Amino acid sequence: MANNNGRFGIHGGQYIPETLMNAVIELEEAYNRFKDDPDFNRELTALYNDYAGRPSRLYYAKKMTEDLGGAKIYLKREDLNHTGAHKINNVLGQALLAKKMGKTRLIAETGAGQHGVASATAAALMGMECVVFMGEEDTVRQALNVYRMRLLGAEVVPVKTGTATLKDAVSEAMREWTSRIADTHYCLGSVMGPHPFPTIVRDFQAVISREIKEQLLEKEGRLPDAVIACVGGGSNAIGSFYHFIEDENVRLIGCEAAGRGIDTFETAATVNTGRVGIFHGMKSYFCQDEYGQIAPVYSISAGLDYPGIGPEHAHLHDIGRAEYVPVTDDEAVEAFEYLAKTEGIIPAIESAHAVAYARKIAPVMEKDRIIVITISGRGDKDCAAIARYRGEDIHE
Amino acid sequence: MSKIGAAFANGKAFIAFVTCGDPDLETTAACVRAAVDNGADLIELGIPFSDPTAEGPVIQGANLRALTGGVTTDKIFDMVRKLRQDIQTPMVFMTYTNVIFSYGAERFLSTCREIEMDGLILPDLPYEEKGEFLDSCHSYGVDLISLIAPTSQNRIAMIAKEAEGFIYVVSSLGVTGTRSEIKTDLTSIVEVIRQNTEIPCAIGFGISTPEQARKMAGLSDGAIVGSAIVKIIEKYGREAAPYVGAYVREMKEAVKSCL
Repeated sequence: MANNNGRFGIHGGQYIPETLMNAVIELEEAYNRFKDDPDFNRELTALYNDYAGRPSRLYYAKKMTEDLGGAKIYLKREDLNHTGAHKINNVLGQALLAKKMGKTRLIAETGAGQHGVASATAAALMGMECVVFMGEEDTVRQALNVYRMRLLGAEVVPVKTGTATLKDAVSEAMREWTSRIADTHYCLGSVMGPHPFPTIVRDFQAVISREIKEQLLEKEGRLPDAVIACVGGGSNAIGSFYHFIEDENVRLIGCEAAGRGIDTFETAATVNTGRVGIFHGMKSYFCQDEYGQIAPVYSISAGLDYPGIGPEHAHLHDIGRAEYVPVTDDEAVEAFEYLAKTEGIIPAIESAHAVAYARKIAPVMEKDRIIVITISGRGDKDCAAIARYRGEDIHE
Repeated sequence: MSKIGAAFANGKAFIAFVTCGDPDLETTAACVRAAVDNGADLIELGIPFSDPTAEGPVIQGANLRALTGGVTTDKIFDMVRKLRQDIQTPMVFMTYTNVIFSYGAERFLSTCREIEMDGLILPDLPYEEKGEFLDSCHSYGVDLISLIAPTSQNRIAMIAKEAEGFIYVVSSLGVTGTRSEIKTDLTSIVEVIRQNTEIPCAIGFGISTPEQARKMAGLSDGAIVGSAIVKIIEKYGREAAPYVGAYVREMKEAVKSCL
């Protein structure tokens, strides 16, 4: 039998080298000590509100609603947070915790660069050293974010191993952590990795669904019928779902990056094409071959280009509480352009996966139904890549 | 005593690691024979994994070459089956948990018994998670080897008490790979291990020179060398076996001399 440390059904656990065990135990103890500490929470709330700009807006997308002609659509505007994405919610929490633990150095992995930028930001704010591992391919796809991280004082290490994307950045950050633990906190960016990370990151991101619930009750006096978010590792999705898990009439929909389609090898739709495995410290669903070799996944979105999914999502899938649907590159790019033209909001290409799925289901829902889409980040970082996708070469 | 104990029965042990299929399985088999012929007491056979998070660049490279060459778990089983026709030296697999999990623990371990593999080292399976595989290991007589790291501290006694086969003492922080200096206070770690178990312990990670091997074997019951051997294979490719043999002979001599 597997142990019960951080299990979500059969998923989760702590599959990591012995070298890191005391570090994750120390982290868990510190988190349990501080999570309900009034001073810690006061400090964190002040950072959320005064520094990151929370609460983020819940915006009624009137034009989009009218255009699609079905369910009423609200956008949870995590793109309006400081640094331009939901990632800051988790990073401020973890950096504050690390500081309380006496750590002076943050290391982080990043895919699209948003988590790296958020980590570099928190490190600058709190006077900590910061090293960010980023797949070399992603440093090209997201060159602007690389510059932002360096501007904020972080060192960016391009990772050349494997597919040179997010999964390799995670592996390299883990390797770095095993070589330097005493002064270093690994600021993991998603609800993945070994326990206690999936729980800690979820708790810090749960502010998203807490706010959605309050804001929608105030505006509509009721709960939404569906909450839609994109899923790579799954941190903005679990944050958007968490306080609705108990409300069984609320559909929870995670949008996976299908890349060129789930019937091709160029996909990153983990739940739709993967099977249960053990990797990066956790048991969950992974894209892999018959011998358990992790698959080289693909998506236009560097932030969703990951062969696994957080263990709590894997469990929500197993028990049928949440649905995980594939959205292709083409659909996401169309949604990216659609939201820009319809609402004047340029979403991150990651978030555009959620917008794309809402465009499919909203028209067939009754007009008195409500959908909330989490816009996890802003799309400025993606403009050059989307232009290239459309055959236009622009200089940033 | 498990068969692994035999590796430590004639004084200090020299343990050699190779990545299976780097650059092909014929070379791996030839290198294993060369290592055994030149005094290796225990062979660690690495089953390559796409994302080996505990390895440094040298063994990462070997994993990549092996997988690119098309090696699979089943082909490695076939190679071992042939080696076992004439090699009696204890052998263990070293790989990552997903390789076993994906193959099916029962199926993997029953094959291990059939081909006479004596143990299993999984660097991403700590004490807390070993229960998932322990019953299958015991059913098929395969020792699940425990690792103890420089950061283990208060965990050493707990791990040592339940350890089987031998204990793999990780010499340094970080990933596998050669190091010019090993600074960890290994004497204290080995002392706590000895207070809690009778089974032997060997030190690995960072060892490449005869001098280091002599020193590490002196502190424990043996020295484990991986990256330095993999580097030889990387350099000489399909012609590597005699060079591996010569290196193992030199290292075994060094280890023996600290008796």
